[in-house]
Amino acid sequence: MTAIPAAAGAASLNVARIFASAHFALRRIAGPAIVLVLWQLASTRGWLDPRFVPSPLTVLHALDEWMFGPKGANPYSGTWFAHAGNSAYRVVVGFLMAAVAGVIIGSLIGWFRLVSDIVDPVIQVLRPIPITAWVPFAVIFFGIRDGSAFFLIALGAFFPIVVNTAAGVAGTPKLLVRAARMLGIRPYMLLPRVVLPAAMPFIFTGLRLGIGLAWVLVIVAEMMAVKSGLGFAMWDAYYFLRLDIIIAAMLSVGALGFLSDLVIRLIGRRFLRWSRGL
Amino acid sequence: MSGFASGQKRPQRDRRIVVRGLRKRFMDIARQEEVVALDGIDLDIGDDEFLTVLGPSGCGKTTLLNIIASFENATGGEVRLDGEIVRKPGPDRGVVFQEYALFPWLTVRQNIEFGLRERRMPRAERRECVQRQIATVGLSGFEQRYPHELSGGMRQRVALARVLVNNPKILLMDEPFAALDAQTRSMMQQELLGVWSAERRTAIFITHNIEEAVLLGDRVVVMTARPGRIKEIVAIELARPRDVTSAEFNQTRRRIASLLEDEVHAAFAAARGEGSPVQ
Repeated sequence: MTAIPAAAGAASLNVARIFASAHFALRRIAGPAIVLVLWQLASTRGWLDPRFVPSPLTVLHALDEWMFGPKGANPYSGTWFAHAGNSAYRVVVGFLMAAVAGVIIGSLIGWFRLVSDIVDPVIQVLRPIPITAWVPFAVIFFGIRDGSAFFLIALGAFFPIVVNTAAGVAGTPKLLVRAARMLGIRPYMLLPRVVLPAAMPFIFTGLRLGIGLAWVLVIVAEMMAVKSGLGFAMWDAYYFLRLDIIIAAMLSVGALGFLSDLVIRLIGRRFLRWSRGL
Repeated sequence: MSGFASGQKRPQRDRRIVVRGLRKRFMDIARQEEVVALDGIDLDIGDDEFLTVLGPSGCGKTTLLNIIASFENATGGEVRLDGEIVRKPGPDRGVVFQEYALFPWLTVRQNIEFGLRERRMPRAERRECVQRQIATVGLSGFEQRYPHELSGGMRQRVALARVLVNNPKILLMDEPFAALDAQTRSMMQQELLGVWSAERRTAIFITHNIEEAVLLGDRVVVMTARPGRIKEIVAIELARPRDVTSAEFNQTRRRIASLLEDEVHAAFAAARGEGSPVQ
């Protein structure tokens, strides 16, 4: 007597869940869809001059050719993966350098008063300088190649990571340090077993800000200091007034940036399972 | 008695913790004046003894506990554990904090394992110790939970298990049940007594609750308002388990209440009138 209503209940619960998630997805897609429809409408009706603002369908066509077109059909045809791969490679390398340096130096600043007093003022003065101001030095030191991009990306992504890590480490609850010492922690284990885990939410915030900046800076670096990648393609397309390619490149960066942020969020979710509900 | 006959240098078995002439002064920056938190504390705590410390807020009870745990340094005097002067915190003095102080990123099991891992106990042995301790404090089935998923009473059980598993010489508890509701609190008191009588451990328990002090303690130390001194030590002769509704219990409770009352008034007066001479 109880089994049947329970099964029916479970089934209706499943249906309800599917509806709920479809509803949720629909709400999330609605905004971009409305923008696209309005944009396409404005193009077809001739409200937008196609020489300056290509229509979504033109952009889609350009992206398709850029990605899958035969090589040599035009300067862009079939070159997307090479450009995107170059940009992604630079982002990954630059970001990893920033992450390693930022977490290590941030931990030292957060934990040792002396390091904080000496290093922190340097960072606070350098931090507000736009990374673009470093481009001439990057080119002089590293030339027109990957090194420049690594340098600019690593430098830009370093700041949010170091500042957030330092704040998280410095904010380790004193009580937890006491508890760990009372439980007999070996002094050199305090950092890995107590301080870094306690700072983890801050560190992941820094990493997410850092990866976002890395994508901004890879485009800047490729426009000014490197001759390949999505940023370079964008700048090149500007000379030939291929605005459809520029928009396709912008959307590509947006999508890749979103994906890399998603990866960090998923890793973070594993690490920060404990902090949900805090 | 063998303790007398052998003239060995070992400390007497019945005195685990010896506190002598303990003083603590510190600068109150806000008020620009020196505060005497503890002013000459002498205290002996016997083996297996359950000592409760009672006093008005601000009387230095927590400071006393923190110095025994070596979280803070004394300005003068010394604390000996089994004859050795204590210098830094360690698993021989297990502390249970009012705010639990569990590691939120570790599960119940990992929290309890923390000290054993630091001592490099082999994995299999560690598992066994932890499992036994989990059963003792009634946490079976909650091993994989995170602290934020547990109620206050459960968290405090984890905190207790986390120190008991290290087999400490003495248990230091700083108002561990103060944040719990009355029902949970009373249950936790019973469970603590159960664990204590099963394993017979020396314990110092700080509280501002008279009933709790009388219910748990072999002796109750009543402290004065600041500067903190020991006003009186009352031995509680009531047989265990104690009945809080019995006439004898209430008699003891009333006696301690009257000892404490003057001090609470003094503490209030000090907080209100300090700095401005009343004429």
